[in-house]
Amino acid sequence: MLDNAKASIPRFPRGVRLVNSEAHGGWVLLAPERMFKADAISAEILKRCTGEATLDEIIDDLAKTFNAPRERISNDVTKLLTDLSHKRLLEL
Amino acid sequence: MQVHLSGGEPGARRDLVEICAAAHDAGLYTNLITSAVGITDQKLGALSDAGLDHVQISIQDSAPESADHIAGYRGAFARKQTLAAEVVRLGILLTVNVVVHRANIERVENMIDLALALGATRVEIAHAQYYGWALKNRGALMPSREQAAAAIVQVEALRKHHHGRIVIDAVIPDYYARFPKACVGGWGQRSLNVTPSGRVLPCHAAESIPELEFWNVREHALADIWQNAPAFEAFRGDAWMQEPCRSCVRKDQDFGGCRCQAFMVTGDARATDPVCQLSPHHEDMEMLAAQQTEIAYEYRRLPKSQQTG
Repeated sequence: MLDNAKASIPRFPRGVRLVNSEAHGGWVLLAPERMFKADAISAEILKRCTGEATLDEIIDDLAKTFNAPRERISNDVTKLLTDLSHKRLLEL
Repeated sequence: MQVHLSGGEPGARRDLVEICAAAHDAGLYTNLITSAVGITDQKLGALSDAGLDHVQISIQDSAPESADHIAGYRGAFARKQTLAAEVVRLGILLTVNVVVHRANIERVENMIDLALALGATRVEIAHAQYYGWALKNRGALMPSREQAAAAIVQVEALRKHHHGRIVIDAVIPDYYARFPKACVGGWGQRSLNVTPSGRVLPCHAAESIPELEFWNVREHALADIWQNAPAFEAFRGDAWMQEPCRSCVRKDQDFGGCRCQAFMVTGDARATDPVCQLSPHHEDMEMLAAQQTEIAYEYRRLPKSQQTG
């Protein structure tokens, strides 16, 4: 699904919010009747889903920032965002 | 942390928008749970501007006549469709809540299709829980064991079928179960309810247990109530437990089940939830579930003296 969507712009619908909260002990994604704790890697990915950057740009940015192989980053990003989109918590 | 603006019907509350705005400003995730009757499009717009995060609309059936009959309100079905469209137009995520019982359990698939047609991204399939008004109508609402089992299998299949289109969350009926549910995630552990009069309850049905003493937000700070109110202290932790709960390996998983159900069936709020097969009252539960009658639904109504125009 994402392979031909590298130019798509991932964004959260209204009602899905990434917040850094002391009460929750770090980054969490708030969603209807749900709360997902974001680990360090997931948080870096989700922070970049601002509704401005394309999927390709997000992967490039992460690869550069963390000096990691682009393919591995691409796999992590694709897996996380596909999963969230299947849960209808992210628009791609 | 999440705030559910629920009821009864939250639309009956004149200060609903102010409550929503205050919760939003406090950094809480705000969720409106409504029958749609009593929330006008205009009211929804005001809630939306106040920072409302999510809306849940309940439906009674996929067939309009049956839906209005169960709701006891003509035109309810049409009102739900109109409000759902407005929620979607405002870009707010929509959950459709379906309460399943004997009159609609054969149409679970149609109701999920309806949720999709209304633009919902999530649907909650909850089997009726027999407290309060559902308890008064239990004979007319309780599905058979076979119907309940078939519905669970069907929901599982539909979840796979609709993967990626709509999330299906199911609340499994407990009256045919062998172990109780972890009611409210543990008494005084994760949630509290504030009633319209300001009383703070550990669960929405807690007022059915006569021995509990509730504190009111007009007299105590919420944090004080959470930590010290007698009703919260009553069943927090496991000091209150009797056998078979006290020595049970599952006591940290299900917390002895539901206190209100234990009281309702056994007369002792400290008893093991009779849903549990280890409860000496487990057979009573099965007998209650087996009592099915064809009676007209009984609805909650305000006494005439309290009705206002």
